[in-house]
Amino acid sequence: MKDWKKGLIVVGVFIVAYFTPFGNERIINAIIEAFHMLQDYAREHVLLCLVPAFFIAGAISNFISQGSVIKYLGAKANKIVAYSVASVSGGVLAVCSCTVLPVFSGIYKRGGGLGPATAFLYSGPAINVLSIILTARVLGMEIGIARAVGAIVFSVIIGILMQLIFIKEEKEKMENGNLFIQEDGNERSLLKTGLYFFSLIAILVFVNWGKDENIQIWNMIYKAKYFITGFFLLSLLFMLLKWFKKSEIKAWVISSKDFALQILPLLFGGVLVAGFLLGRPGHEGIVHQEWVVKLVGGNSVFSNFFASIAGAFMYFATLTEIPILQSLMGAGMGKGPALALLLAGPALSLPNMLVIRSVLGTKKSFTYISLVIIMATVSGLIFGKIIH
Amino acid sequence: MVIKILGTGCPKCKMLEENAGKAVAQTGTDAEVVKVTELNDIINYGVMVTPALVIDEEVKSAGKVLSPQEISAFLK
Repeated sequence: MKDWKKGLIVVGVFIVAYFTPFGNERIINAIIEAFHMLQDYAREHVLLCLVPAFFIAGAISNFISQGSVIKYLGAKANKIVAYSVASVSGGVLAVCSCTVLPVFSGIYKRGGGLGPATAFLYSGPAINVLSIILTARVLGMEIGIARAVGAIVFSVIIGILMQLIFIKEEKEKMENGNLFIQEDGNERSLLKTGLYFFSLIAILVFVNWGKDENIQIWNMIYKAKYFITGFFLLSLLFMLLKWFKKSEIKAWVISSKDFALQILPLLFGGVLVAGFLLGRPGHEGIVHQEWVVKLVGGNSVFSNFFASIAGAFMYFATLTEIPILQSLMGAGMGKGPALALLLAGPALSLPNMLVIRSVLGTKKSFTYISLVIIMATVSGLIFGKIIH
Repeated sequence: MVIKILGTGCPKCKMLEENAGKAVAQTGTDAEVVKVTELNDIINYGVMVTPALVIDEEVKSAGKVLSPQEISAFLK
């Protein structure tokens, strides 16, 4: 870090410390809210949900061959296949947010072209395993599913629109050159890899099984959940000992740990900020709830549009959109606008708009950004209608 | 010999760079380790999943953190 930057931070902290009226009840309350919300996350979401989720993310980045996915995105790939793979492959390729932009520009310049590239760019961040798991857990199953489905469907629409709008330029552009694709020698059969992933996911699902008095099967599973989880844990252990090399297990643990170290500090920071500004659901932070209701309450065109725009320009570090949204919804944000923000938010931010511009040029980037905002608004409106 | 590490700066890229440095030290090869962080330059190698290892302008691996031993094998 440069010296003047450090100086600036010190001065900033000093000014905040000097002038903040810590005696003010609203501020005291907001600070306490921030820590309450952090505690909620630490108690409710870390051990049973995030920890298994990190292991799944680590497993994906180690044991699923990314080359085998990428080969469907190449220039020679069938268009329909390219679009479908681009719209869902974020689940495998975007586990780490740092791979989204390279994959995007790779598809654009060397692979399937503008359409599949923008499809990937839009859906990638929304359907990576960690965000889907945490969205469903914290914000509810409906929004979790709507987010994944919305992202996949609209990514294809946006991709096709982009391709159609710029069809002439695209034809002239087609650069030659191949992609470097690394096919790993597969040492395990597909069945073994499948069973391994199945046990990982089963552990996550069953250990978090909720109670529902009305459905008998649901309740029976709830009562037996620790036995079921234990069973899958034992089978996972058995598979690891039997089918995996020591070095592979080590690589898996290391990348799971890396994900945790990379994401948890940001997430906790995001939780503190969300708690301070808006408070837990049912409580109030520093921002008045009427403001939230006025801007993004209900399911009007304006609130959906406002949520999309705000989401598009704001920067959300991986997963931090979730606690922020949780607080906003607690303060009266409608479910439609919430989905709009979820769709526009992680896909775009001011910093990544600049990178996208350096790859696509100003005109195409502007078109892409407008399409994202329109699509997010529309999805929010539709979702809001269905839910009511 | 020039070893290039392609990557926009995620933790894995740094690990690969470190391992490449170790490999060079262990084998005593006369090689220079260079980092390539510019996205467009990375794409020009046809690499989409970072970090990637390039030795004398030839892509050797992508999307993986190779161990010093694995890198040493390329240096001989």
